[in-house]
Amino acid sequence: MTLPALEARGVTKHYGHVLALDGADFSAFPGEVVALIGDNGAGKSTLVKTLAGAIRPDRGEILVDGAAVQLASPLDARRHGIEAVYQDLALAPDLDAAANLHLGREIYLVPFLRVLDRRAMRQRAIEAFAELGVELPDVGLPVGTLSGGQRQSVAVARAVVYASRIIFMDEPTAALGVVQRGRVLDTIRRVRDRGVSVVLVSHNMPEVLAVADRVEVLRMGRRVATYTASQASVEDLVGAMTGALELSNGGGGAP
Amino acid sequence: MTDPQPATGTPSAPENARPAQPARRPDGGGSPARRIAGRLTGVSETWTLLALIILIAFFTVKAPGKFLTLTDFSLMGQGAAPLLVIAVGETFVILTAGIDLSVGSLLVLTGVVADLYCIHHGGAGASWAVIAVGCLIGLATGLGWGAVQGFLVAKAKVPPLIVTLAGFIAAGEGVAYLITGGADFRTVPNRLVNTIGLGSVAGVPWLIAISFAVAIVAGLVLALTGFGRYTYAIGSNAEAARRAGIRVDRHLIKIYALSGLLAGLAGILSLASFDSTTIAGHAFDNLEAITAVVLGGASLFGGRGSMIGTVIGLAISTVLLEGLVIIGVNQYWQEVAIGGVLVAAVYLDQFRRRLRQRA
Repeated sequence: MTLPALEARGVTKHYGHVLALDGADFSAFPGEVVALIGDNGAGKSTLVKTLAGAIRPDRGEILVDGAAVQLASPLDARRHGIEAVYQDLALAPDLDAAANLHLGREIYLVPFLRVLDRRAMRQRAIEAFAELGVELPDVGLPVGTLSGGQRQSVAVARAVVYASRIIFMDEPTAALGVVQRGRVLDTIRRVRDRGVSVVLVSHNMPEVLAVADRVEVLRMGRRVATYTASQASVEDLVGAMTGALELSNGGGGAP
Repeated sequence: MTDPQPATGTPSAPENARPAQPARRPDGGGSPARRIAGRLTGVSETWTLLALIILIAFFTVKAPGKFLTLTDFSLMGQGAAPLLVIAVGETFVILTAGIDLSVGSLLVLTGVVADLYCIHHGGAGASWAVIAVGCLIGLATGLGWGAVQGFLVAKAKVPPLIVTLAGFIAAGEGVAYLITGGADFRTVPNRLVNTIGLGSVAGVPWLIAISFAVAIVAGLVLALTGFGRYTYAIGSNAEAARRAGIRVDRHLIKIYALSGLLAGLAGILSLASFDSTTIAGHAFDNLEAITAVVLGGASLFGGRGSMIGTVIGLAISTVLLEGLVIIGVNQYWQEVAIGGVLVAAVYLDQFRRRLRQRA
């Protein structure tokens, strides 16, 4: 069996008295789409942030290709080829798409004086968007003037351009219309076909089953089930999410 | 209270819904000329420049032969030189969505400190070496003071308004008065006054040459370098900058240190220009600098603005004050005018923001 590209073992995270992750496990294998699902408060976002280096776990191990690593910052995660698209997109609305794509990774014309190579960055942005089939009116427009779908595309493109191992996408389609949603799902498949794993956090069960190869279910800060997507039904997933499969008093939290 | 949402509804849905708003730009093209015109009118500097031109035209008509003269513009430029240097630093700070109220006080303090050294090492006849050391001490004071303020803002998370207001009082009303005992130092090295304060280089007064050189270099840094880009990025979305791997705290400390350093330089220019430490004369420099920056199209909420805008903005307030003097308006009305302009500028900023959000 191949090693997971990225694996979490027994990750625990407290926020004050709130236990967000309670010994959570997670694994993503090379070149697969894993859906990470769970009810609200199950710890999905916390787990994603932990694995993307945005927060540090209290306990637990993170392994890249089977070797334990420390992800102290998003930069550490990036060095391992890990990128994330968060729900809030994390774009600077006053900067243009090219600037956002290169934020923190600028190309310099005169490195000593940190003079930016705007033309190179613009060119690279145009290529990146073209490759993803993203249509922007102008990569020189401030991102804040773009539509929600276009902004989403910029954030996704930024992750895709740099990710060599794995991309986390936290609810990438929640804000999108039907056409754009389809486009993001296409992008996910295309990225996977390049050998990069994609972790999709989503509430949309049919979408999860349509695009994911595997599904991991979080409940109350732990992994409670994993499914092969082709052999699971929406009922299975909902049951695992709410605990109805394990416990008889499921609480009726089905979406 | 009734809650129409079922308990199981996703609480994050309302936030998600926001970016899903339909595209804001229905234009989708148009002729190149129209697009250029659109760009130009979209750039706030265009409007600011227009306002400046109208203002100059108004005073020229009102006071023919008096207002629009070369000497008058040169005097205005020299008078505004320390303020321009301060406003350059303030631009960086405001772009990060911060504010620096300490600048006028810091100007006074650095002038006092620099002059204190010169007084003890030759006084009015101090050599260039002494003047250089005095200036370096002044600049270091500004830099250090600004860095401490930056540290408090970035690391201790004290709001910049409070940090720099405290800095304003401590530097201007506290330390500067402690050193001078409340009476201005009137012994300033002659060499400094006669050169920087009154002299010219290649026909351009030193004050103007230095202040514009600072503005140009800072403008280039802001527009063309990674330092400038990070400044915009932090003001636009600090969390995004952080997640992009930008060391936001360190950058903020640098920005406030830069503002302090420039206040220090302004202090030396002021010292040279007035031949005195003018400890009571800079209480409103901070507001004037902020007015210039905001008039120039910068947003107090960060992320938007430019150095050329600040220069135009400062020109507007300078021309306004000078013009009011020339057409004989009571001096106290000028203070009212500056206050009014500041409020108007901030209102404009709010108005622009609302336009952008609604569009």
